Amino acid sequence: MEKAIICKNLTKQFGDFKAVDSVSFDVAQGEIFGFLGANGAGKTTAMRILCGLSYPTSGEATVAGFDVYKQQEKIKRNIGYMSQKFSLYDNLTILENIEFYGGVYGVSGAEIKTRSNELISTLGLEKEAKKLVGELPLGWKQKLAFSVAIFHRPKIVFLDEPTGGVDPVTRRQFWDMIYEAAANGITVFVTTHYMDEAEYCNRISVMVDGRVEALDTPANLKNRFNTNTMDDVFYQLARGAKRSGD
Amino acid sequence: MKVLRFILQKEFRQIFRDKTILAMMLVVPVMQLIILPLAANFEVKNINVAYIDHDHSSYSRKLENKIASSGYFKIVSSAFSYKEGLEMIEYGTADLVLEIPPGFEKNLVREGSQKVNLSVDAINGTKASLGGSYLVSVLADFNSNLDINIKLPNGSTAAPAAKISVASANWYNPRAEYKYYMVPGILVLLLTIIGGFITALNIVREKEIGTIEQINVTPIQKWQFILGKLIPFWIVGMIVFTVGLTVMYLVYGIFPKGSLLVLYLFAAVYLVALLGLGLLISTFANTQLQAMFIAFFFMMIFMLMSGFFTSTDSMPGWARTLSNCTPVTHFIKVVRLIVLKGSGFADIKTELGYLAIFAVALNSFAIWNYRKTT
Repeated sequence: MEKAIICKNLTKQFGDFKAVDSVSFDVAQGEIFGFLGANGAGKTTAMRILCGLSYPTSGEATVAGFDVYKQQEKIKRNIGYMSQKFSLYDNLTILENIEFYGGVYGVSGAEIKTRSNELISTLGLEKEAKKLVGELPLGWKQKLAFSVAIFHRPKIVFLDEPTGGVDPVTRRQFWDMIYEAAANGITVFVTTHYMDEAEYCNRISVMVDGRVEALDTPANLKNRFNTNTMDDVFYQLARGAKRSGD
Repeated sequence: MKVLRFILQKEFRQIFRDKTILAMMLVVPVMQLIILPLAANFEVKNINVAYIDHDHSSYSRKLENKIASSGYFKIVSSAFSYKEGLEMIEYGTADLVLEIPPGFEKNLVREGSQKVNLSVDAINGTKASLGGSYLVSVLADFNSNLDINIKLPNGSTAAPAAKISVASANWYNPRAEYKYYMVPGILVLLLTIIGGFITALNIVREKEIGTIEQINVTPIQKWQFILGKLIPFWIVGMIVFTVGLTVMYLVYGIFPKGSLLVLYLFAAVYLVALLGLGLLISTFANTQLQAMFIAFFFMMIFMLMSGFFTSTDSMPGWARTLSNCTPVTHFIKVVRLIVLKGSGFADIKTELGYLAIFAVALNSFAIWNYRKTT
């Protein structure tokens, strides 16, 4: 199977501090890959490198077949990104946000129209389509932000704590959307602090102090650490961490 | 190009949706143009004079009348002693004390000269120095018109000494009215605020709310993002400039003597330069507060050094050099030249060169310093 992401000894250093310390892993095409770790473990830094927002200090990585040093612009054409900060424009309507992000990814005007109509009806936002995004409740905003992130049909979508602060029902719906995207062949790279969400992933990696300490399917990890819950797996790995906080 | 169109569409939607900014963009120019020229007036009028007359002669009364009728002074009281006069300065009721000694008329007639005592409250420097020199010229005028100077003391028939009288005329601003000097300057102030402040704040706001990160992860090119920010504010600036010109005409009846086309050409280039400054500030600042302070710092220096309030010619050499290093100086000069003097393109093409250099330099630096990737 083709690999969507390949990292080999990827390192990012700020002065003496190794935010990401020689990380290696592969993500298969169409996989839902959970990227776990305590606050300050280096998840966001690693993800920013893979999204072309930051250069690695050393090591190699390719995203959708493109090099993170030289082909950042090509990477950006082929990925979607949703950050932990809400990133749609509050003072634009739902349709205007979709139009803007669709447009900058080069989706044609006619295509934007058909796809946004589909999207609005799937999300059941017909009545709100012309409302400002700032007026929507958080759960809806996050679902909309995800839909916008995959609107241009990227190969890979990066989700940085997409469900922070969202209620359990909406989180469930959010994961239904992730599954649907994966079923359509989009690789999903997701960070989360919710261990129930970790169970939904095909494979997960756990980062501790800038290194990937474990990488496997949730079932295998639970076996290896001899426990029934992902919570416990995470706890056993992360309590050895020396770094804490953001 | 298609991408740029989507960016512009988004920016315009946001600008026109923000009613506060929109109102400010229209109300600010009108208010500033109406209020500032009236308030920021360097002509000194209503100087309060405490006139202390120890002589009570016809000459001293004549002098008092002359001062009072000059139009600049108000005789607030006729105090009886110099001490009382000084007290009035302390209480702030008088700005000047003019003391006429006893025997004023007698000495003038007999000896042909007499000293008077003038004390000035120098806390308000402009008022003090201008007021003092006005009063001295009133005295000189009084002096030259005295009968005593004309009737020569020895009764000889010698012709009176020839007098040179200077008739001065104020060119380009015939009545030397301050508003003609101020109003064109305020137009420049407006463009400066739009260019420097609003652009910087707008971009830094995107940093604060995190949308810039989302933009950076899209395939939007650096130049597309920057043009997408510059073009809308350039257009807004030109609209504000037009509103300003209209107000200038409607309220003050000032219509540019020179070519409107040349004026707009300069405004266009100037705005590009100032937008570059705003952009540059935004690449350094991470919060709107930082951007405000940096922008404010530059605006204050620019405005104070620009010749907007005080003539650059009276600055020391180093200050004049510094003043030439700000784009505002050149534009203020040009606006005054075009509006009041009617200068044409040929007269001011050097200034256009300066502005063009600022535009290129500031924008290049900003683009160079803007990073999509760290």
